[in-house]
Amino acid sequence: MTRIDVRKTYKLAIGGAFPRSESGRSYEVTDASGGFLANAAHASRKDARDAVVAARKAFPGWSARTAYNRGQVVYRVAEVLEGRRAQLAEEVQRAEGATRRVSEGLVDAAVDRLVWYAGWADKLAQVVGGTNPVAAPYFDFSVPEPTGVVGVLAPQESSLLGLVSVVAPAVVTGNTVVVAASVRRPLPAVTFAEVLATSDVPGGVVNVLTGLLTDTAPTLASHLDVNALDLTGALGDPDGATALEADAAENLKRVRRPAQDDWATDPGLDRMTWLLETKTVWHPIGT
Amino acid sequence: MGGTAPLDRTSPVFDYAPAPESRSVVDLRSSYGLFIDGQFVEPVAGGSFKTISPATEEVLAEVAEADEADVDLAVRAARRAYTRTWSRMSGRERGKYLFRIARILQERSRELAVLETLDNGKPIRESRDVDVPLAAAHFFYYAGWADKLRYAFPGRDPRPLGVAGQVIPWNFPLLMLAWKIAPALACGNTVVLKPAETTPLSALLFAEICRQADLPPGVVNIVTGAGDTGRAVVAHPDVDKVAFTGSTDVGRQIARAVAGTEKRLTLELGGKAANIVFDDAPVDQAVEGIVDGIFFNQGHVCCAGSRLLVQESVADEVLERLKRRMSTLRVGDPMDKNTDVGAINSAEQLAKIRELSDIGEQEGADRWSPPCDLPSQGFWFPPTVFTGVSQAHRIAREEIFGPVLSVLTFRTPAEAVEKANNTPYGLSAGVWSDKGSRILWTADRLRAGVVWANTFNKLDPTSPFGGYKESGYGREGGRHGLEGYLR
Repeated sequence: MTRIDVRKTYKLAIGGAFPRSESGRSYEVTDASGGFLANAAHASRKDARDAVVAARKAFPGWSARTAYNRGQVVYRVAEVLEGRRAQLAEEVQRAEGATRRVSEGLVDAAVDRLVWYAGWADKLAQVVGGTNPVAAPYFDFSVPEPTGVVGVLAPQESSLLGLVSVVAPAVVTGNTVVVAASVRRPLPAVTFAEVLATSDVPGGVVNVLTGLLTDTAPTLASHLDVNALDLTGALGDPDGATALEADAAENLKRVRRPAQDDWATDPGLDRMTWLLETKTVWHPIGT
Repeated sequence: MGGTAPLDRTSPVFDYAPAPESRSVVDLRSSYGLFIDGQFVEPVAGGSFKTISPATEEVLAEVAEADEADVDLAVRAARRAYTRTWSRMSGRERGKYLFRIARILQERSRELAVLETLDNGKPIRESRDVDVPLAAAHFFYYAGWADKLRYAFPGRDPRPLGVAGQVIPWNFPLLMLAWKIAPALACGNTVVLKPAETTPLSALLFAEICRQADLPPGVVNIVTGAGDTGRAVVAHPDVDKVAFTGSTDVGRQIARAVAGTEKRLTLELGGKAANIVFDDAPVDQAVEGIVDGIFFNQGHVCCAGSRLLVQESVADEVLERLKRRMSTLRVGDPMDKNTDVGAINSAEQLAKIRELSDIGEQEGADRWSPPCDLPSQGFWFPPTVFTGVSQAHRIAREEIFGPVLSVLTFRTPAEAVEKANNTPYGLSAGVWSDKGSRILWTADRLRAGVVWANTFNKLDPTSPFGGYKESGYGREGGRHGLEGYLR
């Protein structure tokens, strides 16, 4: 007799735990040709609020880590992701309908992207911060600091590389994240959350929601304890994006508008810098 | 664990039961070859020398001595690796090798710490908590730069130099290796490194680590030997870059030797750092900083705070507390986890410390050391402080490179700065005050590459380190540390 395989339940990732949606809802996820893959959790507005609470709770500890430590942790994520290469290549292949080779390349690129961002943790301050030669006897310097809790709509097409490319820059700079995964391709995001959970990333630093954006996105956009909103995943829905950006204005969230990203190229610095506040300190000089 | 000693409630000093670190984690070979082109090879002429434990004078191993022919083989291997492999590899892939090395250094940290303490004589607490973790951190840090060089120097297309010849000292053998190799490799250079003749073992273990990391052969080559080997590395015509850490005298010789060539040069040389204590300083913290500044690593530190400049009004109080604190320093077996001050690295260095200390007395300064029993075997010098020192005394001008502190006093901040800068050196300085504006005013005026405020001897891979004046040129660490390895 052939062995019947044990299938995984794809759940949310909130505060270091993997709960189902508090609403009890799920939705059917299919592969690129319409075949059934899984019933993923359909996160509710309450799940999104819980995730924001978890992210806020994790923020003081995570942002206070040394940059060196954050770099090590993100590098560890790369190490563990490399170990899950086969599993994720299969999930990406099913989700995106790409060939096995292309899918493996996408996983490799995701690993390399994590390594790239890991290295930035303790370097960015020297590139974007510095001293300011003010014309008075003051020692004046500017340092970058994380903005806080970031709500992210992950890209809809690139289920893993795109996700890693929007989450890693937020996390390595000391922010904490609530990310709404690709609606139709959420499964690699859930597996990535498992990678994070086994990689020394403290619970709550990255919270992953799956499900339709109708509930989660407006909650993140209007939540007063969210500091920044990345609308990358709203590409293709300009009206929706505009409404979310307008909601985000209430507490003046930093907003990143949807744009066509090429996940294959050198990402540059701007996915980190838009999530940084510049703090300038003045101190007198004199005996 | 362990026995309990009866508690003597009248004594302010605690007795410590011995807490020796085990040597068993280290697998010493009886002899070591040179590491050239990814292999351990015998030297062409077959010369060798012994490396000993300075704490016991026990011979640890026989180490190959590289001559000009060996250095030539190493440089050729480095050039081949540079041309065929390393300079063609993307920064991203180069970085991965460095990350691997960083991880293996972390994994084998205990072994490295024990080996370093055996060969160098420094307390295991320091090699375990400072040298080895910082060395790993350096590789981790520069690994991340390998694919980000264009961000370090906007508007430039940074390219590697080629083959770097690097000569390092015995005071922080593995850490200095990391300071040299990590940025060189991250920038795309290959290296020929010569460790100091009294402390070659951690570099040879590092060679093994390069193999575990599958680093392409020839990217890192280790040639052991003394001054002649170093001269051969520096003089080799196919070396594009020379990096040296060591004494100012040798630095001068190297600067002369590369004159008229295309070789790039960075030098990290001696120091005679002033540690300035103002009258508003937090005294207990300052005393800890003074002790750390001069007795850390037996004072074998180029940035050691070897001149204490203390404001006259608090001099008596500071000195009294300093002497009390010095009396609690535990000098002895470096392998004991409670030891604060270990062995002097070599008989030669001990002779130099003794000579300068004797001259200090002859010139009229007052010498004081706490009572301490020194082991009968090995090379030892007690923590020592000289008071009544004038700026003209040799112990105030020359680098002793041992656990010897010279104390001078000052009345005004301007006088402190004047005295602090009255030296041909300019590597580091310390300032102790509760007043931020005074610290910054003083730091502004100090001609030194690193100024520590209310702390001392702090090092970090992200923080540039290097000297003004005759303490050398170039910086190691941080974004600035890349500059010396790029064109």
